[in-house]
Amino acid sequence: MKSYLLHDFIVERNKERCINCGACINQCSFGVFSKDEKGDIKIDERKCVGCLRCVIFCPANALVVRHNPTTYRSNPYWTREFIQDIKKQAETGGVVLTGCGSDKPYKIYFDHLLLNASQVTNPSIDPLREPMELRVFLGKKPDYLEIEFNGADEVEIKTELYPNLVAETPILFAGMSYGAISYNAFKALAMAASEFGTYFNTGEGGFPKELREKYGKNAIVQCASGRFGVDPEYLNCAAAVEIKIGQGAKPGIGGHLPGEKVTDKISATRMIPEGTDALSPAPQHDIYSIEDLSTLIYALKEATNYEKPIAVKIAAVHNVAAIASGIVRAGADIVVIDGFRGGTGASPKIIRDHVGIPIEVAIAAVDRRLRKEKIRNKCSIIASGGIRCSADVIKAIALGADAVYIGTAALIAMGCTMCQKCHTGKCNWGICTQDPNLVKRLNPNEAAKRLINLLRGWSLEIKEMLGGMGINAIESLKGNRDQLRGFGLEDWELEVLGVKGAGE
Amino acid sequence: MIEKGIDSYLSGVRRLNVLMEYVKFNQNVAEINASDLRHKELNDLMRFCAMKGARKIILRNVYGQRYIGTRLYFPKNIKLEIEIYGTPGNDLGAFLNGHRIVVHGNAQDGIGNTMNDGEIIVKGRGGDVVAMAMRGGRIFIRDSVGYRAAIHMKEYMDKIPVLVIGGTSQDFLGEYMAGGIVIVLGIGLKNGKHKAHYIGTGMHGGIIYLRGKIEKYQLGKEVGIVEMEKKDWEILERHVGDFSKYFGYNLDDLLSEKFTKLIPVSKRPYGRIYAY
Repeated sequence: MKSYLLHDFIVERNKERCINCGACINQCSFGVFSKDEKGDIKIDERKCVGCLRCVIFCPANALVVRHNPTTYRSNPYWTREFIQDIKKQAETGGVVLTGCGSDKPYKIYFDHLLLNASQVTNPSIDPLREPMELRVFLGKKPDYLEIEFNGADEVEIKTELYPNLVAETPILFAGMSYGAISYNAFKALAMAASEFGTYFNTGEGGFPKELREKYGKNAIVQCASGRFGVDPEYLNCAAAVEIKIGQGAKPGIGGHLPGEKVTDKISATRMIPEGTDALSPAPQHDIYSIEDLSTLIYALKEATNYEKPIAVKIAAVHNVAAIASGIVRAGADIVVIDGFRGGTGASPKIIRDHVGIPIEVAIAAVDRRLRKEKIRNKCSIIASGGIRCSADVIKAIALGADAVYIGTAALIAMGCTMCQKCHTGKCNWGICTQDPNLVKRLNPNEAAKRLINLLRGWSLEIKEMLGGMGINAIESLKGNRDQLRGFGLEDWELEVLGVKGAGE
Repeated sequence: MIEKGIDSYLSGVRRLNVLMEYVKFNQNVAEINASDLRHKELNDLMRFCAMKGARKIILRNVYGQRYIGTRLYFPKNIKLEIEIYGTPGNDLGAFLNGHRIVVHGNAQDGIGNTMNDGEIIVKGRGGDVVAMAMRGGRIFIRDSVGYRAAIHMKEYMDKIPVLVIGGTSQDFLGEYMAGGIVIVLGIGLKNGKHKAHYIGTGMHGGIIYLRGKIEKYQLGKEVGIVEMEKKDWEILERHVGDFSKYFGYNLDDLLSEKFTKLIPVSKRPYGRIYAY
């Protein structure tokens, strides 16, 4: 069947600059470039996904990739995207897949929230010269502390404390499985988390055995519906266990790692035969209720001898506050809420773009509900799904989160250009692929360096912003909505977020 | 200090040192009277016994305590023998790592949940979600089981989990199954017919052997019926042989009847539903 689809990009080669070195041919896994009989470079731009690998790796700076200006008659209702998707489905009869978080122009609440700074009445703090605490403790806190004083300067806490994660910055790496991302990308995340003193999340694709000893203490391992590679050793080698119920990019549906991506090593890590689809069912079949969730939370606590916090990750959906309350009552130590901007290696586009709610309102709603029910201390909240910069981190914390997960931002730090073709497995940046020739493009040491730099940069910015507010510990900002003002928001939105309008 | 109301598992849990009266040691055999122990107390005691050198633990008067065997993960890979008198609660042997559990009675939901290795023998019936996501070892249930048995069981290389059910199962047996062996013997079936529907829905690995009548409409569309081969009979002889030994059946009688062998039609049941 002839394809009626318009191609998305135009690739232009400046012939005067081009030295015919063929770097573009080698770099493009989508097959845009080739050489004709005469040895001239030929361009098939219908295959271009706009990942810009060729542009950056062209030594002569001879390439330009831009959006295809040829498009359908302008129609704000029937946009190019709707028309293209219909044509694609008419040609294939399938579910349209995509990668990365939703790109739809829904209102971005982070961009309607403004931070406070001290002026006159409460001096600001200079983080370069004064101590500034970014360390966060994630897990259940006791209702009260019993303290015993022994003599003049010895104080002992009598209350039995719950296991907590200690992160040196309130930024953790979100669950991205080995399988969804490459081994080198996975390893880079582990290395960066371990070096910086924060945590990375293995996703649900298991945890390669050779990385466990070195990086286990910075790992949060996932137990999801597929239960891939979940055995007592896996659970016990990590710092915490996360039960994955849902994901912001695809709430309510499961995951399929297609058989062609289940290579030899992935099959060993997931403990399934090579070439088999790794199917993660939509629900966990032992969890049909909060009581069942509680059963699994305590099964994991039993399996890890009550030594590790157990997190439960859900997508931000309509009743998120009530669900989170149930999760805390079920015994979870950490509640992870993933907003609808959350990324994915593959999701049906229709789900990614239409299901779930923004993370900002979800954090505010959950934090308020847990406070109202006087159980906020029984869990920590990790917010995730579309955290783009340090200001988003700080706003999320001021709305009530304890820390955030970053996924997409971490991938961008490693080289990702958000071309949204993760599901094809042909990632030119060696991140979202299992092709050994592409994977080796990503040097884990260098990628880890980029991640550490990002964490360092954001952490410094957070300190600056905190100092400006006159606050010297990130935990004092948690749920401190006084430091936020809404701008361009309606009354109901301000009420949901629990913030005042600018000028108030 | 006990927190009120919120935690049904941990509130009221007593410390190990006040639970010693519940244990009797006899060389490397420990006997625990579980009658009024909470889930965690019983598992604390079992772990304590194992660390004290017990290699066999007998539990008396078990009344629904959960996760029996789950807390017995030791990197040194100690293997224990656990005998249960009474009715163990949900998630019996969840994440079990090589121990052997014998239940003299019925068991409840979630037997062998994500079990890694070892053996569970139930001299009675099992509840729902038996052997969910089981990864290795063997489970033998003398009578029938509830819904959703063997969901998402999986295998890797020579690590092949086995579930043998003496009676029958309810719907969704072997749903999403990705590996392993399920044998349903249909002992005592009414009119010799299984009643379960949606058997093997979404199945993409492993084998199900059914003794007793089954109609095509009871099967998920992702499974097909294939002929029994010599190696299938060898598999049955081994596992049904042990089943007969454990529960006092005659192997030849059990194997004299026809078996239906179900395998997935594809390793990739949902490979063709996407547009790239």
